[in-house]
Amino acid sequence: MKNAPIVGTSVPRMEGRDKVTGHAHYVDDMVLPGMLYGTTVRSRIARGKIERIAFGTGIDWNTFVIVGPRDIPGKNCIALIEDDQPCLADGMVNHPEEALLLLAHPDRHLVPKAVEAISVEYHPLPAIFTMEESEAQSQIIWGRDNTFKSYRIEKGDVDAVWQSADHIVEGEYTTGAQEQLYIENNGMIAAFDPHKGLTVWGSLQCPYYVHKALMKLLGLSADRVRVVQMETGGAFGGKEEYPSMIAAHAALLAMKAGKPVKIIYDRMEDMAATTKRHPSRTRHRTGVSKDGKILGGEIDFTLDGGAYKTLSPVVLSRGAIHAGGPYYWPSVQIRAKAVATNAPPHGAFRGFGAPQSLFALERHMDRIAQVVGLSPVEIRRRNLLKPGQTTTTGQTVEEQIDLGKLLDRALELSDYSAKKEQFAKANQQCARKKGMGIAAFLHGAGFTGSGERFLGSLVGVEASADGSLRILVSSTEFGQGTNTVLCQIAAEALGLRYLDMGIAQPDTDQVPNSGPTVASRTVMVVGKLVESAALGIKETLAASGMLGDSYSPEEFRSACLGYVRKHGKLRSLVQYQQPDDIVWDEEKYHGSAYAAFAWAVYIAEVSVDLTTYQVTVDDFVALQEIGRVLHPVLARGQIIGGVAQGIGFALYEKVIWEQGRMQNGQMTNYIMPTCADLPSIRVYFEELGNIHGAYGAKGIGELPMDGPAPAIVNAVEDALHVPFHAIPLLPEDIFAALSESAAPESAATSARGKE
Amino acid sequence: MTESPEARAKREISITVNGKPETVQVYAMERLLDVLRHELGLTGTKEGCGEGECGSCSVLIDGVLVNSCLIPVLQAQGAKIVTIEGLASNGHLQALQQCFLDCGGAQCGICTPGMILAAHHLLSNNPQPTLEEIREGLSGNLCRCTGYTQILEAVAEAARREAAT
Ligand code: FES
Ligand code: FES
Repeated sequence: MKNAPIVGTSVPRMEGRDKVTGHAHYVDDMVLPGMLYGTTVRSRIARGKIERIAFGTGIDWNTFVIVGPRDIPGKNCIALIEDDQPCLADGMVNHPEEALLLLAHPDRHLVPKAVEAISVEYHPLPAIFTMEESEAQSQIIWGRDNTFKSYRIEKGDVDAVWQSADHIVEGEYTTGAQEQLYIENNGMIAAFDPHKGLTVWGSLQCPYYVHKALMKLLGLSADRVRVVQMETGGAFGGKEEYPSMIAAHAALLAMKAGKPVKIIYDRMEDMAATTKRHPSRTRHRTGVSKDGKILGGEIDFTLDGGAYKTLSPVVLSRGAIHAGGPYYWPSVQIRAKAVATNAPPHGAFRGFGAPQSLFALERHMDRIAQVVGLSPVEIRRRNLLKPGQTTTTGQTVEEQIDLGKLLDRALELSDYSAKKEQFAKANQQCARKKGMGIAAFLHGAGFTGSGERFLGSLVGVEASADGSLRILVSSTEFGQGTNTVLCQIAAEALGLRYLDMGIAQPDTDQVPNSGPTVASRTVMVVGKLVESAALGIKETLAASGMLGDSYSPEEFRSACLGYVRKHGKLRSLVQYQQPDDIVWDEEKYHGSAYAAFAWAVYIAEVSVDLTTYQVTVDDFVALQEIGRVLHPVLARGQIIGGVAQGIGFALYEKVIWEQGRMQNGQMTNYIMPTCADLPSIRVYFEELGNIHGAYGAKGIGELPMDGPAPAIVNAVEDALHVPFHAIPLLPEDIFAALSESAAPESAATSARGKE
Repeated sequence: MTESPEARAKREISITVNGKPETVQVYAMERLLDVLRHELGLTGTKEGCGEGECGSCSVLIDGVLVNSCLIPVLQAQGAKIVTIEGLASNGHLQALQQCFLDCGGAQCGICTPGMILAAHHLLSNNPQPTLEEIREGLSGNLCRCTGYTQILEAVAEAARREAAT
């Protein structure tokens, strides 16, 4: 029997009922008997030696559990790419808010008082806070040259281009740090049982990252560490790597105390101490023909990584690969590097380097258009990638994607041409200037290059004792819809009903490692594996003669039940195999960077009020090709949510730094958009299908973060005829630029026309 | 900042929560949010900022929408409080809750209890709000996941369904 299709329909969110009734269980909702409340004593300076730590009077220190670096049984590091980041600073601090000491007490009211009573004396050392200072190497704060990682992507002969180009267009563009600002702050509970080992429960994206870090830190074997993900109240990359740190802290306290310990950050601690989006600087130098064709270019892409390496090499890689955007570059040289500064390490945030490099590129395209004398639409149309052409890494576009058509449709949906004309006229009379801006872009789904092959993700589906099915993955739900979409896929594969499927809570004792929940890989990569694993169950049942060719959900269930009774268990495990057509050269940074790209054209309509200098986004069209849309409501929700964060990135969210420390770590002074600040965000999909993903799906989660900032800033320039090169773009920046705009050429860009 | 919660001895406070009378021994300056979560185990009310900005901790006190992170429990003495746990009856979702499910109004779910209470409050005072009134009514509640559109749609849909019944 074949049921109605499930994939492509908006079934109810798996855990939705719990969420709307207040019964969803987040880590701070969990209480264990005898649990203590833990906290972290942090560095107040950016760089220096720790001379002395004094425990003040008025506190009964005997009632506190106190953990320092000497209490670490294994290696004092948070294992990730490199083991350079300590779990607790030992003698030396390298950024403000670095963890020095841990405290725990049964009375949560006493904990903040104890932190206040601790004073730390330092011998301060000179610190560096900008990429430029880091590059100048006045202080070496990391490795030999302050460089965490560098890459070079080369295609064709760029040097030959400068001779033949009619125009050479240069520009420098910068983006600021951005806080993920999930509404649930970070938190973790740890409990240690001398027989069974350690368990941590927490708000996190990647259970096996935490697992790996804890093993190394504590010197425990894999089977003695268990990591469980609780319902997670937003993550956006912000709970990719830092939860390992908090789990480590809670675990150290719990092991010393012999009691469970809970650590929940408050908002200010979460903002000041945990990761943010990497600040970036991109320099473009592009050779263009007089008819507007890109001939070649140099792109220097630099990220501020903060004090430790953490994930910077991977963020840098994605940023570099996306730096050429959806355009054809006959030749290009992309030089990327991530450098160290004495700020808390920057980390994963939706888009992962691509929003930074694409902001630069899409601003630069408008700049090129002006120099050549073409419209923003035309310059893009003439350079968009076509099937059969290659990307900057030499990856051939295999899909029959027509980006010109995507562009046309976006123009039509936004009524671009008519509005642009109308605004140009109206702006002459009005103190409220209006403008239209475009961004065309792409986003690669899944890990870069051979990343998925190295991960070798494992996925399972099993029948429970009652014959019901559940999916076993370490892929986590934090709002995107992981649970729902994976259950849809499994149900569809088996011809069962959506509600016949269940999904296990991510728990390293129960689920195999299906890889981290990052890089827009869950639906495309893990989803495909879930489909195969589900089919494996059916094959096993069929081979055993317990299931016929056609069956009802009830028959399927009783076949499962029969099989489990007879054989004890029914489980199907599948491992990722890289398709043959994905070939990547890690040395040269050449080849198939991603199994699939999602493509998009976004158009922003803005107005700028010349009395307040506030920019308002009046309309926003988000058109994308993401392969097959498996769940229309969730997919639309992902796009709108991403665009809202992109609007925040462009216009509202500014981290104010002082000596490497965030000064505005509160929701009152770090401003994210409210529902009163946002326009209606109009979402449209083209569906082309993708051979690699489950039911033709590609990644979707990160894409919508890439386009809004350049589209909006392009629209602001269209409204004011003043170029802006940096985000966030706040009213004071616009005021300053308008006051200066008498100057003929801004210092940040220059262009040279050749006859 | 007010005086610290434990500055005085604990005292007895009586409140009615979701129709049920409760008596708790707490510090007078303890936040209502903490009393609900820690003393009464009503963990559906969430903390996002602790300073009155995000609305995740929204509850109703005698029909008034408040941020429970800003309310010393003493102030709630004798009051009738409604939390998210008080909305669904006998496992039956309210139309508003159902609409949040149907329209995609809850993603990670952490803002959801507060959003639903704010929306519930809005609809009780204004059963047929315009889109602008919904925006206005929810502008004290932050959501980082949804970009709000589907939340606004959920509230509008709930108003529509109520009108149709
Ligand atoms: S926690 Fe009360 S308003 Fe944010
Ligand atoms: S659904 Fe995640 S913050 Fe609103």
